[in-house]
This record gives sequence, structure tokens and C-alpha cells, in this order.
Amino acid sequence: MAVNPDGTGRLPAAFLTPGSSSFLEFLAEHQPELVPGRLNVAPVKGAVEAPHGTTIVAATFPGGVVLAGDRRATMGNVIAQRDIEKVFPADEYSAVGIAGTAGLAVEMVKLFQLELEHYEKIEGSVLSLEGKANRLSTMIRGNLGMAMQGLAVVPLFAGYDLDREKGRIFSYDITGGRSEEYGFASTGSGSVFARGAMKKLYRDDLTQQQAITLVVQALYDAADDDSATGGPDLARKIFPIVTVLTEEGFNKLSEDEVSEVARAVHARRLEHPNGPMAPVL
Amino acid sequence: MSTPFYVSPQQAMADRAEFARKGIARGRSVVVLQYADGIVFVAENMSRALHKVSEIYDRIAFAAVGKYNEFENLRIAGVRYADLRGYSYDRADVNARGLANVYAQALGNIFSSVGEKPYEVELIVAEVGAGPEDDQIYRLPHDGSVVDEHGTVAIGGNADQISSFLEERHREGMSLAEALKLAVESLARDNNGSDRTITPEQLEVAVLDRTRPQQRKFKRVLGRQLARLLDGTAAVGAGSSDEADEDEDAAEGSEASGASGTEEE
Repeated sequence: MAVNPDGTGRLPAAFLTPGSSSFLEFLAEHQPELVPGRLNVAPVKGAVEAPHGTTIVAATFPGGVVLAGDRRATMGNVIAQRDIEKVFPADEYSAVGIAGTAGLAVEMVKLFQLELEHYEKIEGSVLSLEGKANRLSTMIRGNLGMAMQGLAVVPLFAGYDLDREKGRIFSYDITGGRSEEYGFASTGSGSVFARGAMKKLYRDDLTQQQAITLVVQALYDAADDDSATGGPDLARKIFPIVTVLTEEGFNKLSEDEVSEVARAVHARRLEHPNGPMAPVL
Repeated sequence: MSTPFYVSPQQAMADRAEFARKGIARGRSVVVLQYADGIVFVAENMSRALHKVSEIYDRIAFAAVGKYNEFENLRIAGVRYADLRGYSYDRADVNARGLANVYAQALGNIFSSVGEKPYEVELIVAEVGAGPEDDQIYRLPHDGSVVDEHGTVAIGGNADQISSFLEERHREGMSLAEALKLAVESLARDNNGSDRTITPEQLEVAVLDRTRPQQRKFKRVLGRQLARLLDGTAAVGAGSSDEADEDEDAAEGSEASGASGTEEE
């Protein structure tokens, strides 16, 4: 048994040793083999074949932020999974969307959620949004060894900042470099196309509903031009995951709500395949 | 040449138990009651920052009396145990029974090892289930024994007296407001039978609420909501439980819209 290896149900000394309120640090000290990214993998030539998650987009609106992701995971030219979920709540007021190696990314999110919850329970207070973003940075950096082998994890972190009373977005690179994004951001293979779409559609006075439509449009455009990004699958009823973070906390839109938006977007695209048009000047 | 005094093992253990019991009896009590929707923890605690009642995991909470540094140490160990277990297996594999066992081992070891001072603490580990019959409450005295409790339990200074008071009056399916009022009444009773008054500011109240939609069922009851629940003595007479339920629902609603979604302030 992992917790009490001697099987006596006794607490190992590490549990009673005063230490930091970080679960990750406790894990690294007590059971380093459970820390993802610490694995010693022999270098391999060429790309490692593992499912990759693709496009994540986020956009702020007055009063909050929307974070959404498509549902496809690919392995080379094969669609590995059609209905993967890549956007997760990190805690009550923040969420994280992941692009990159799916297996490592999902594990990283699990650990990140636990890291925030653990801190909250031990300290009796919640980390600041910046603090949370920095913790995620550290975790991505911990995965650098894997990233060098092509197994990178590049998340997008969004949250509602209770002190500043607004939604904020943080993007990352594979080395854990963190930068705050204003307005909108995207990550993953279809991010270039999604960003292009949002650039033309984004305004800073969007309503929540418009922001939701915006990210669905952006994902549609990403799927249009990037083979690794999945568009809304009307036949199988698989729609993007859309989450909203406001003063009221984390809210994941129900399938019906997203389907309504996605169907509306799709219906308009039947007339204008390239989507809404912005004025030339 | 002097020979060391002979102390019989019985005497040595009795002395240690006496020492621990005295330390525990100095503190104020904590009571834990089952109510219709979960388990409520009520402690008399002037401090807003140093908690006697805390969250351990999704459905598990912890209450303690005695020396703060000692039970705080055990609380952190419990959070680490639960989080590590949930991480290496699954969140569903963390349960109160396992945690109570681990605490019992830790307390028992410390109590019986001659080199160490026994911990002057008494703990409660409780887990809220899908229905009242699935609730689990464990009381862990200073010596590492485990007592499986039902309905109500009290630990701390006046534990015996408070327990018998609670047992007489507690019944199944009480509303939160009723349970809370009974708890406060029991804490307010003095050694000599007279009543003190306890204001909401002197109370630390938390619930494990099985109806909470979130995964984490632990919630502190604070400020206005607490005052409202303790108020309205008239409304909660015999047989007017409907009204009490409404009162509770209203309080719940305002909590949710108050955006105090985080567990702890």
C-alpha cells in the first residue's frame, strides 16, 4: 500500500513532520516516484507516439472569462479520441485547459487541482490567482525533461480574480514561462487559426453569451483549418467543452447549452462557410 | 547507592492517562450531531483563525480539543494522508474508517512510548454518507482507542455531562437549525447546571452537508447565516419542522448568492 508501506496502518514520520503546505513538495519528498515528469526515460530517436490534445481558447468579458476546448485527441494522423475533455476546474474560481500530450496533461491537471485544494485545507485560505498561475508554471517546468522528448504539456489557465474583480488569462510555454494575456488567448495546434478568428471578432464589451459564441466560433475556425482540432460533431452530438468563470465561481455549460450555440454557429456557416465578416476598414 | 523507584506498569499508564485527561479537560468542548442532511460540528471557539473543526477530504471532517499544536499536527497529517491516498488510488477510496485507524495508531504509539509525553488531545473523525444511516462518526480519545458513535458525541471539558444532555434530546431527522440550537444549549450548560449565554461570535460551526452539489461537502457556517439559524426560537417548536426547513433553505440560498463559494475564509 502506498500510504503505509509497512501495512500497519501507521503514519510515516513524514506525515507528522512540519513542512510546506504544498502537496507537490510533500509528494516529492515522501514518494518521489509518484511525481509525474520525474520518470527517467531513455532518450529515443524521433517523435514518441502518444495521444495529443489540441486547441484551447479563452476570452475575457466584463465580469469574467470563458475557457473552452475542442474534443479531439490525435496520434499522428489517427484520431485517438473524439470526446476527450481538456478543460477542467482547477478550483472554485479558476480553470485550466490543456494542449499537448494528453496522458501527462491530465495527470498534471489532477495534481494541480490537488495542489490548490491541499493548500486551501492546510492554510485555511485560498491562494491568489497569481499564486495559482505560478504553481502551474513550476509544474510545467518540472515536465521539461519530457517536453524535450516531444511530450510537452502547454496549458492555458483562466480564473476570476476576486481582488481585482475581473477575469484573467495566463498562457505558458513548454519551459514554464508564464505570460498574462489580455482579451483573448489560445494554445495548441489550432491556436493560430483560433487566434486569427478571435482577433477579428473580439471586442472588450462582449456579454457573457457573446463571449461563449466567440470561443465556439474560434474553435470552429481552428477545426476548419487544422486537422488535429475537432469541430462540433453533430452526428455524434459531441460539442466543445465551454466553462465560464465569474464572481459566482466556476460553471461548466451543460451539453444542451453548448449544443444550442454550436448549432447556431453551424447553421450560419452553412450560408457563410468562413463565418462572420469583419469590415475591411 | 540509590536504586530507582519501582513504578508498576499499571501505575505508569494510569499516570499518563491522568495527565492527558487533565490537559483535555481544561479546554472547551466540541459537539458533533447528525441532522437530516448531514453532520454538524459546533465548537466554542473565540478565535477566527485557529480552527477546532476542519475539512480533511470530500466527505470527511475533523474536530479536536486539547493542545492546539498537537491536534494541528495530526490534522495536517490527516490531510496529507487523505490527499495522498486519493491521488494514488481514487477519491472514492478515502474513508473515515481508514483515517480513524491511522490516527488511532499514531495516538496509541505516542501514548505508550515511555520517552514521549502523551498527546493531550481528543479527536472526532466524521464522514457524511449518502443517507443518515451511512454516516460515520469516530471518537478517538488520547490513548489511541476508537469509539464508533451514533447520533451525537461530545469531547472536551464537560464531555460526559454534555453527552448525556444531548442523548436525551437528540432525535433522528432534526433540521440543521434544530440540531444547532440543541448543540449550543448543551455547550452553554455549566458544571453546576446553570446556563451561560453563548453568542454566535463565540461559536465555530461547520457542516458536512450531503445535499451540497459540490464534491467537497464541508462548509463553514458563518456570520449572518449562523445568526439566522440560531435565531427564530419561536419558529422551531415541536411539530413545526416545515417552517424550520424553510428557514434553512432560505439561509442556504443566500449563502450561494453571496459568492462565498470557497470553503474557508
